[in-house]
Amino acid sequence: MGSGIVNVAVDISLMTLLGITAIGIVRSRHLFATAMLSGIYSLISAALFVTLDAVDVAFTEAAVGAGISTVLMLGAMTLTRRTEKHAIKLSVGPFLVTVAIGAALIYGTVDMPPFGSTEAAGFNHIVPEYIEGSRNDIQVPNIVTSILASYRGFDTLGEVAVIFAAGIGVMFLIGRRRRDDEADDGAPREKGEDA
Amino acid sequence: MRHHLILRVVSKLLIPFILLYALYVQFHGDYGPGGGFQAGVIFGAAFVLYALIFGVQAARKAFPDSWLAIMVPLGLLIFAGTGVASLLLGGTFLDYDVLAATPTGGQHLGIILVEFGVGVTVTGVIIAVFFAYAGRTHEIQDDDW
Repeated sequence: MGSGIVNVAVDISLMTLLGITAIGIVRSRHLFATAMLSGIYSLISAALFVTLDAVDVAFTEAAVGAGISTVLMLGAMTLTRRTEKHAIKLSVGPFLVTVAIGAALIYGTVDMPPFGSTEAAGFNHIVPEYIEGSRNDIQVPNIVTSILASYRGFDTLGEVAVIFAAGIGVMFLIGRRRRDDEADDGAPREKGEDA
Repeated sequence: MRHHLILRVVSKLLIPFILLYALYVQFHGDYGPGGGFQAGVIFGAAFVLYALIFGVQAARKAFPDSWLAIMVPLGLLIFAGTGVASLLLGGTFLDYDVLAATPTGGQHLGIILVEFGVGVTVTGVIIAVFFAYAGRTHEIQDDDW
């Protein structure tokens, strides 16, 4: 089938780009390049999520991972130095541990059901009920929304509470500096003072 | 980046559409991809873009800090308040069936309200976090990059 070959080609090229970006992130010593590369990494991940038909996740990844978190990383970078202080040397122990964990993860995928299989565990437990309910009771075409907001309303409330707590925490921890600045009547600060 | 004419013109053109798109994602979440989280981030991203191009001071004027202090808790309160409302109307917490005349209508109303709450809090937090970071850095000259 033609579309099957196209899908495989798209998957392989996206995965290759993802791998190249990851190697680039590891090898780069320049924090600006690292921040931008991690944004690119998120964007490629978002494209991969689209090929998996996980459009909602792709949406979030593109907006949060590629957009906001890159900006925040750059903002954090301006508060510190631009390059890594010490080059990380390749040490054997951690390298072996990483390889072993990677091999174990790949070994684990062997037992996974094929992609899109209706036999997969995720489709058999409670999901048929959700799909049925979304169609008949809630009548919301996007099942993701009905699960997120209705079936798993408590979880989502908890997530919003976490985001709320994170936002309040950042506002209290580092959001207060500007009031000091205003108290100084905008007196120019030395640039090194923040470091 | 005040003197980058192309960036200024293009972002000025784009920002209204980004905001509109965020509202579309927010209120169309039942029918298409998206929902409160995504819409909040996109809405916040529009203001982050504005701050990047026109400076944080201008963005603070466009989106005052007092709004942030209201929006961040308000969204969570809308979400929890929907739960309390369904509790008071005789259902269980976050059981939207009782919110309207029919269970389906109640579910739709509940989902819209809850997603709106999510969107409000996420928008507030994204902008607040960005302002908090940006407020600590000084204006960055182009040569510094």
